[in-house]
Amino acid sequence: MPLPPGGAFNNRQPAARSGTNTNDPDRLSPLDLLIFLPIIAAVAMAFGAPARSAALAAAGANLLIALCLAFTFVPGDGFQFEARRAVLNSPAMGFNVGIDGLSLVMVLLTVLVTLAAVWVRPPKEGGEGFWYSSALLIAAGAMGAFVSTDLVFFYAFHELALIPTFLMIGMRGTGNNKDAAWKITIYLGFGSLVLLAGLAWLVVAAAAKGGEMTFDMAKLAAQARGIEGGTQEHIYLTLLIGFGILISLFPFHSWAAPAYASAPAPVAMLHSGVLKKFGLYGLLRVAVPMLPLGQSAEWIQHILIILLLGNILFIGLVTIAQKELDMVLGNSSVMHMGYIFLGIASGNAIGYGGAVLLMFAHGISIALLFALCAAVREKTGTLQFHRLGGMAKGAPVLGLLFGMGAFASIGLPGFANFAGEVNIFFGGFANKSDCGCLGWLEWATILALWGVVMSAVYMLRAYRAVFKGQPGQAVYGVTDIGQDTRIPALLLVAALLITGFFPNLLLDLVRPVVEALAPVSR
Amino acid sequence: MPAYYLEIAVVVLGLVLLLVEAFTPPQHKRRIGWAALAGIAATFLLLLTVKSHCGCDSPMWQFYDDSSLSLFFKGLALLCTAFVLMLGLEYLPVLEKYSARAGGGPATGEFFALPVLICAGLMWMASAIDITTIFLSLELTTIGFYIMVAYMRRNVGSLEAGVKYLILGALSTGILVYGLSWLFGATGQTGLDAIRTALPSAARGPALFAFALILIALCFKIAAVPFHFWVPDVYQGAPTPVTAFLSVGSKAAGFLVAIRLMEPFLAVESLRTTCIAILVAVACATLILGNLAAIPQGNFKRLLAYSSISHAGFLLLALASDRHTGELTSTRIIAFYLSAYLCMTLLAFAVLIIINKSTGSDELKAFDGLHRRNPFLGFATLIAAASLAGVPLTAGFLGKFFVFIAAAGAQQWLAIGIAVAGAAAGFYYYFKVIRHVYWNTAPEGAAAIPVSPVAKSLLIILIAATLVLGVYPQLILGLL
Repeated sequence: MPLPPGGAFNNRQPAARSGTNTNDPDRLSPLDLLIFLPIIAAVAMAFGAPARSAALAAAGANLLIALCLAFTFVPGDGFQFEARRAVLNSPAMGFNVGIDGLSLVMVLLTVLVTLAAVWVRPPKEGGEGFWYSSALLIAAGAMGAFVSTDLVFFYAFHELALIPTFLMIGMRGTGNNKDAAWKITIYLGFGSLVLLAGLAWLVVAAAAKGGEMTFDMAKLAAQARGIEGGTQEHIYLTLLIGFGILISLFPFHSWAAPAYASAPAPVAMLHSGVLKKFGLYGLLRVAVPMLPLGQSAEWIQHILIILLLGNILFIGLVTIAQKELDMVLGNSSVMHMGYIFLGIASGNAIGYGGAVLLMFAHGISIALLFALCAAVREKTGTLQFHRLGGMAKGAPVLGLLFGMGAFASIGLPGFANFAGEVNIFFGGFANKSDCGCLGWLEWATILALWGVVMSAVYMLRAYRAVFKGQPGQAVYGVTDIGQDTRIPALLLVAALLITGFFPNLLLDLVRPVVEALAPVSR
Repeated sequence: MPAYYLEIAVVVLGLVLLLVEAFTPPQHKRRIGWAALAGIAATFLLLLTVKSHCGCDSPMWQFYDDSSLSLFFKGLALLCTAFVLMLGLEYLPVLEKYSARAGGGPATGEFFALPVLICAGLMWMASAIDITTIFLSLELTTIGFYIMVAYMRRNVGSLEAGVKYLILGALSTGILVYGLSWLFGATGQTGLDAIRTALPSAARGPALFAFALILIALCFKIAAVPFHFWVPDVYQGAPTPVTAFLSVGSKAAGFLVAIRLMEPFLAVESLRTTCIAILVAVACATLILGNLAAIPQGNFKRLLAYSSISHAGFLLLALASDRHTGELTSTRIIAFYLSAYLCMTLLAFAVLIIINKSTGSDELKAFDGLHRRNPFLGFATLIAAASLAGVPLTAGFLGKFFVFIAAAGAQQWLAIGIAVAGAAAGFYYYFKVIRHVYWNTAPEGAAAIPVSPVAKSLLIILIAATLVLGVYPQLILGLL
């Protein structure tokens, strides 16, 4: 598509409030770099560029760009750094990008995890170009989804990750990898199609009240308010199922744990850390603001609460029963989605803010754990608890870093996960009820608190089984991790601690967005 | 220049090629192919200079339409023919093996002249707005295909395909004529414009009977259930370039005729509900059968045959959802879908021809470890399969998405559910191809697969087109 120069990079003022359209929009945005640098690096690898250097350069540059964006970002609830490129005039569809506080947090998560993911070395020599380019393409897909302000590209970029994931798990995975790759692809393919049908329905229903069909999120949000209540509820439910499959909402979760367990480290990190957040981001970006009557409908609330308790309590118990480290991590990642759903179900700004914070924190912490888990597998050749033990003696740094990840995952104060979970639990009680009694949400929050106990149980047990106690048979002569694992792990730990001690760094960005999401009085 | 000069040019080109072919020595038959390609390319350039509604006065305009839609489908027919001729040049070694004369060398010249004549038929179909011209152009195309399908006379599969196609084709032609005569009887008109004005006052019974008969015949042409039985066998047996031609060219022209012939019926409120219900039922049956039957296939050509059926289901669903979507009319959706379908299906067939030339097999097993034997070919297969499955950022995705939008606008919830399930099944069998290419290892001693420069440029064009259409649909929709 034509991209004439001029007008680039000058959109530093906060854009007009969403819903209004500037007459002379920019054709280029720094956000384009975030999407295309990884893709360019991946293409360069296909033509023989040194794979690891190109990947690190692209991911590093992206981290710097994202930090610059974060510092020049003016908190407000409109999209900033916008660019619009129409690809279809009628109905209006365009490769439009822009970020608000919510997407900025997701962008930061993406660049951090991407850099860490490409820093981890492949365990075997050979096929490096394929390894790094797949990781970069998954990252580019997630990034494109988070910065797109057009519904079609929002959806399409997410799917860009589907094929590299399929190929990486199938070709470079471990264990029962081919079955796992097959399952995740078919499952997510089906989920995306349900989602696609829901989005098509939304667009058509919004245009049905007169007005031209549009895929632009801001215009669509204004248009969608005219949809009748019952229709809103049904579309919301369709989107909840579609996004829910991608997020591994109970009972659509069975693809997640085996896929993460057998995926190579970068894929597990990017998929569980970043890509899975696409569904949650989509709920907050599309379903909640555009279908407020669906979000507040009681019967949908009840369905969501039951399902998220399934995530927290049922999957929590499943996780406790696991005997292998990768399965513990995979299941714990599914379980923690329940808290984020709880934040979304609360329907108030505190809960939404906590959900976004936990999305960020969980993404970083699970990526950290999967990176270290891959290191354990590489050192010992196994992840079964009964063959491991006492690794902290031979590999103290690995033990320390893993401990940090595990504590973050449990929600220990000082890590960002704690701030997120606390906000979510407060959000659960922040709605004033008329009768002064406990409603569904309050009871769900009380039950969900027990999930924290469960995560403590399985994480500490896993930590003890792998790092403490008598050395297992697979652990003899184990060495500590090298710089290639230490640096990315430290990067992620630093991010967790900084945002844990100063959660307002992120919450200030998100607050205007989530306050606009929450109805003034319920 | 009036648009119908183009058809005349193409017919003349075909006849000249036939004449020249008779005097060309057997070892130089390849030149006929190049000449045909050059002629088709020149016609395509001419098409770009033609403007719709030239305003010139001629009795032709009662039978012949030169709207932008017609010109678009003419372009589609020409492009498809050009690609098929390139595929034919690539396929020549296989063709020579199976088409030898009784006492002498191979007979391959007509293989390049006949597609040109078929192309003339397809282009005429794109403009036909009178039931007589519709029938004539359809027959010109179909008779050409009868010969092309059975072209490899030393190959039993090709002969079997030819007989099947001939018998069922003749049957469907008969049904079509019967239906058209009922339509004429009900309205007393042959021009589609006149039929549109006369149909509301026609008797309901004869009109619906005509609709049913015409739909049956068209379902045969576009490979829709329950008139799809010929598809897998004919696709598998025919020479692969002909299969590609049947799958793309014939289907595209068939759908334009379907749009034109169905439109008068859908415009009459008293017939509309019944007609839509029938169309949706056919679309659902086609989606279910095409997608489910594709799952167990182990032969790539048969897989593409069932895939062709399932795509017909999506297109029919778009045809049945013709209101409530504003600018994105079902005609525009079908035109876009068919353009996308052209790129991705021809890409798949091109890969198949190249592989068949090296391995002599159409089975999926022949794709094992392709990414090591020829990484570029592996990538081409990946793009083709991804687009056919409807992975976003490829042309196939937007086609499916537009169909979903149209169906949601028409509130065909059951059909959407079936389409979603069908597309999910599509993920299964198209990704099976990717699995063969990337996961499986090549058999011991498998050599690298060479790709000729012509084939490589063809692949690059088709890959680029698939990706560009996937992000920039205005390119196609802006033409209509």
